[in-house]
Amino acid sequence: MAKRIDVSGLSAFYGNHKAIDDISMTVEPGSVTAFIGPSGCGKSTFLRTLNRMHEVTPGGRVEGKVLLDDENLYAANVDPVTVRRTVGMVFQRPNPFPTMSIYDNVAAGLRLNGIRKKGELDSIVEKSLKGANLWNEVKDRLNKPGSGLSGGQQQRLCIARATAVEPEVLLMDEPCSALDPISTLAIEDLIGELKSRFTIVIVTHNMQQAARVSDRTAFFNLAAVGQPGKLIEIDDTERIFSNPSVQATEDYISGRFG
Amino acid sequence: MTSTAPSTAPPPTAPPRKARTVTRPGDRIFAGMSTGSGVLLLVVMAAIAVFLTVRAVHAIAKDHGNFLTTFEWNAALTPPKFGVAVLAYGTAVSSIIAMVIAVPIAVGIALFITHYAPRKVGGAIAFVVDLLAAVPSIIYGLWGALFLVPHLSGLNLWLDKYFGWTVIFDKSDPNSSPRSLFTVGILLAIMILPIITNVSREVIRQVPRMHQEAALALGATRWEVIRMSVLPFARSGIISASMLGLGRALGETMAVATVLSANSELSAHLLDIGGGTFSQNIVAKFGEATDFGRDALIASGLVLFVITLVVNGAARVIIARRKEYSGANA
Repeated sequence: MAKRIDVSGLSAFYGNHKAIDDISMTVEPGSVTAFIGPSGCGKSTFLRTLNRMHEVTPGGRVEGKVLLDDENLYAANVDPVTVRRTVGMVFQRPNPFPTMSIYDNVAAGLRLNGIRKKGELDSIVEKSLKGANLWNEVKDRLNKPGSGLSGGQQQRLCIARATAVEPEVLLMDEPCSALDPISTLAIEDLIGELKSRFTIVIVTHNMQQAARVSDRTAFFNLAAVGQPGKLIEIDDTERIFSNPSVQATEDYISGRFG
Repeated sequence: MTSTAPSTAPPPTAPPRKARTVTRPGDRIFAGMSTGSGVLLLVVMAAIAVFLTVRAVHAIAKDHGNFLTTFEWNAALTPPKFGVAVLAYGTAVSSIIAMVIAVPIAVGIALFITHYAPRKVGGAIAFVVDLLAAVPSIIYGLWGALFLVPHLSGLNLWLDKYFGWTVIFDKSDPNSSPRSLFTVGILLAIMILPIITNVSREVIRQVPRMHQEAALALGATRWEVIRMSVLPFARSGIISASMLGLGRALGETMAVATVLSANSELSAHLLDIGGGTFSQNIVAKFGEATDFGRDALIASGLVLFVITLVVNGAARVIIARRKEYSGANA
């Protein structure tokens, strides 16, 4: 299920502006990798290149290679739509489809994949909601709109929606930044459970969160405003937070940044 | 009205007193103006309704035909005999034809401008649509009568030949001029296209990016994004836009009067000459009508007024029924 991500020489652009410069890294299958760094350092942009969402932005363009196991996501014959069915994504603000019920939200991706049988949909929806630790809270109101849930529940609904299609990789772009501490904890617990099934990459501004949930941590930085963001280092999370090999990383995580 | 004016808390040293709300002159003037505007609207509506009703009742009381089911309009006869059956039918049919043609095209243009066209092309098309909205209806009428009517003969013959079996496209006299309800419907479709397009475009533009990205991230194609997140979100707005268009189609006067060759026949053959609409009938008969004839025409106007109210009410019900699923609470 979970696949290895191998990035080499990747740069991303908005029109003529280079947002991230020459990034290479490897993400092990079934692990959690956290991206940390100051605002504007390109970590979200980089995350969005991993499922080809970056190019959806007007002017968005990418150079370099992203290998998922051995398949280059940016090869000429690869359809971005197929990539996004393999690499799921959870966004910063919970975004369940407001016009759909809880059930239909989870089933949305399955229906895109051509699964229409009621019985099959029912069982996958239940499994995904259980997997997102949401089943007990919503099982009696599956036909109510998803927008009626609390923020934390909505975010778990989005996780259930993303995992229902069984992607190889799950990308999370600051999934807890709009949530209260208790909902955050619920999501973090969930990440720990999900990593056995998916390769997870998470962008976070919360360094304690990176330390709590991730196996590996990557630190991104930019030389100055307007300069492209760069990967400073990636290492085991323990090592990044105790004894990083680059001074800038230590300055950032200990709050002496800038 | 929540308390917008700040209330003064009693100063800590002063003895507790009943707190009084300070009203500032600006607040009072503005509150008065906005309340006045609201009341004025109600007064105008009431004045129109009362005027229509009083004059209409007067005329209908002397009608020797059944006002709702009589075909012909002979208010000048003694005894007068007139009814709105043909007018109601013609108004409904021409408006339905207009909606069937205009709504899908308008939504298509709106989606093209917002989601498919390069920014500059989209802007240019939006500008042309705005221009279309600024053309006075008499110009549409002249264009319809002098250009559209002669050029629709071929389409009429074709529809008659291949779709004549549907009855509605069966043309009794294939050689007659296409000054029919069908032609009126096409002309009305062109006239209501801009309003539906513009309002739909604004609504579609407001669909939050995050909902579209949610669909994209699940592996939706561009069409699937539109189907899953854009159209459902914009649905109530598109319905409202269509109702605005329908309102214009129901009431359109000059263009219909110029194109339609009216008579008092009620025919299922949409391509046949004849029929009529409320406003076309009013504008055609008003000039030579007696005082009583005018009251009779006002009675037909009242029916149009009621139909418009009912249509708008129905649209509101449709929108409200799925309110909890609308994007408003997202």
